Amino acid sequence: MAMIVVEVMLKPEILDPQGQAVASALPRLGFTFAQSVRQGKRFEIEVVGEPTAEQLAEVEKAAHTLLSNPVIENFVVKVEK
Amino acid sequence: MRIGVVTFPGSLDDRSALRAIELAGGVAVPLFHGENDLKEVQAVVLPGGFSYGDYLRCGAISRFSPIMESIILAAEHGFPVLGICNGFQILCESHLLPGALTRNADLHFICADQKVSVENTNTPWTRGYAQGQEIVIPIKNGEGSFQCSDETLKELEDEGRVVLRYVGKNPNGSRNLIAGISNKRGNVVGVMPHPEQAIENLTGPSEDGLMFFSSILKELVG
Repeated sequence: MAMIVVEVMLKPEILDPQGQAVASALPRLGFTFAQSVRQGKRFEIEVVGEPTAEQLAEVEKAAHTLLSNPVIENFVVKVEK
Repeated sequence: MRIGVVTFPGSLDDRSALRAIELAGGVAVPLFHGENDLKEVQAVVLPGGFSYGDYLRCGAISRFSPIMESIILAAEHGFPVLGICNGFQILCESHLLPGALTRNADLHFICADQKVSVENTNTPWTRGYAQGQEIVIPIKNGEGSFQCSDETLKELEDEGRVVLRYVGKNPNGSRNLIAGISNKRGNVVGVMPHPEQAIENLTGPSEDGLMFFSSILKELVG
């Protein structure tokens, strides 16, 4: 079973207060590695067999229409085993 | 004059909106998200609340409901639509209005009486106000920060399409203190604050919101 994954992130210029809150919580727990944090969404879509080019094009369309809001978000579509 | 209010699963302020329409002297008509029948209403209010639990993004799923198909089509031909709070979010997701509403800058859900100024009285929903009039109506939302591209912002400002602007401190990080906007034609208006919660002194901070509903009724009577 293959999986089509859609990852949605706020565009870089859009303020991400959730990511900022995570970034400020990390050092309080002793994690000092983070310069900044941005938070996004991940959709895991199961399909039967290997995803076809046609399916991927459909997912791309769905990502543009429903899964993301192109006004404030970018997305990437990828296939995972 | 018949004005509809759509109930989505998770709508919260539909009854308040129906009540405001009646108090202003109109006939309030409940509409349902799952039907595409506008029941001969002459204008529609999309009320506040948490339609579809705000799943995915606020308003993102409601936008594809049968009633919205009818409303989007009608709105493109000049039919008056007012979106309040979640209704504003639905209008943005429907692309009837530009921009998007995102998480409040401080991450808090804000519930407060808010002073706003009416900056565009050239819409059927705001014609009864004086230009620049300051009014006090409640805000109550977690995702009320208005965001858009620089280009859209310039267009909104240059064309005078900012309908409401927050007065004083920016409550949520909205660009240019924007609390409400209209489409190019002016028939579609979205506002984050709740005029339907400020229609009488007994239940609200003021009666300042009633004019939204009186304005549209006056407009429809012609």
